[in-house]
Amino acid sequence: MISILAFYLFATLTIASAIAVIFARNPVHSVLWLILAFFNAAGLMLLVGAEFIAMLVVIVYVGAVAVLFLFVVMMLDIDFASLRSGFSRNLPFGIIIAMVLLAEIVIALFAHQAGPSFAGAPVAAAQPNIVALGQLLYSRYLFAFELAGLILLVAMIGAIVLTHRSRRDTRPQKVWKQVGRRPEDAIHNANPGVGEGMKL
Amino acid sequence: MIGLGHYITVAAILFTIGVLGIFLNRRNVILMLMAIELILLAVNINLVAFSAYLGDLTGQVLAMFVLTVAAAEAAIGLAILVIFFRRRGSIAVDDVNRMHG
Repeated sequence: MISILAFYLFATLTIASAIAVIFARNPVHSVLWLILAFFNAAGLMLLVGAEFIAMLVVIVYVGAVAVLFLFVVMMLDIDFASLRSGFSRNLPFGIIIAMVLLAEIVIALFAHQAGPSFAGAPVAAAQPNIVALGQLLYSRYLFAFELAGLILLVAMIGAIVLTHRSRRDTRPQKVWKQVGRRPEDAIHNANPGVGEGMKL
Repeated sequence: MIGLGHYITVAAILFTIGVLGIFLNRRNVILMLMAIELILLAVNINLVAFSAYLGDLTGQVLAMFVLTVAAAEAAIGLAILVIFFRRRGSIAVDDVNRMHG
């Protein structure tokens, strides 16, 4: 009984906050609604017993992605009011497209008996979700897992290379110039005659 | 009893909201990226629900990979957004096809 109640709570809050993400006037509010949607989706995943994915959603989405969005929204000085100019013009068309898409998905959902059927009962796990997932991930899906790490590395390097800029108005220390300086370049022995002075 | 159909319905509605967000906020790239995150979240809910109800953990492994790609996509997309803003002073997507030099 309580799990049914929890499902409807999480599902309603997820959908409501997703709608608020789309329709919020202030992008900062959008990001905050997005965080609420992620939390409730993690709750939905927790209800079917996928504990590790639920924790991962909270850590990765809320801890990294949403904070990244918040950072960019607050860092860039953007006039968001002008960006909403086409909003009301696109609204009827967008609603029609969304309704058609939703109707198609629901029709496909209720026609799924046409495909091969399966037992709908969740299988009781013999071992904890994290243990089973880890054993699967580090044996059968090892190369895919390594590839996922490679994708993250490429994304990190790409983001750094894209956003890095060398500033010209600062005077950084040139280490190569300091290290490459030799005594024969720096010290000059001179023996000027009396009253002649010396050229520097 | 909450069945697979409930979860697929929630994921379908979430997916539709994401697509609607892309249609409505045609000029605001940040909101478009957020809508893409919503779509990927719907996909993840679907994968996890199927994995739980079929008793097969492969769906959860796949959900992890989707999560990885979503994080990488957000990082690269926001980096492109930052350099675009630095160059043009605006993030209106209408100008993107004029981005030469």
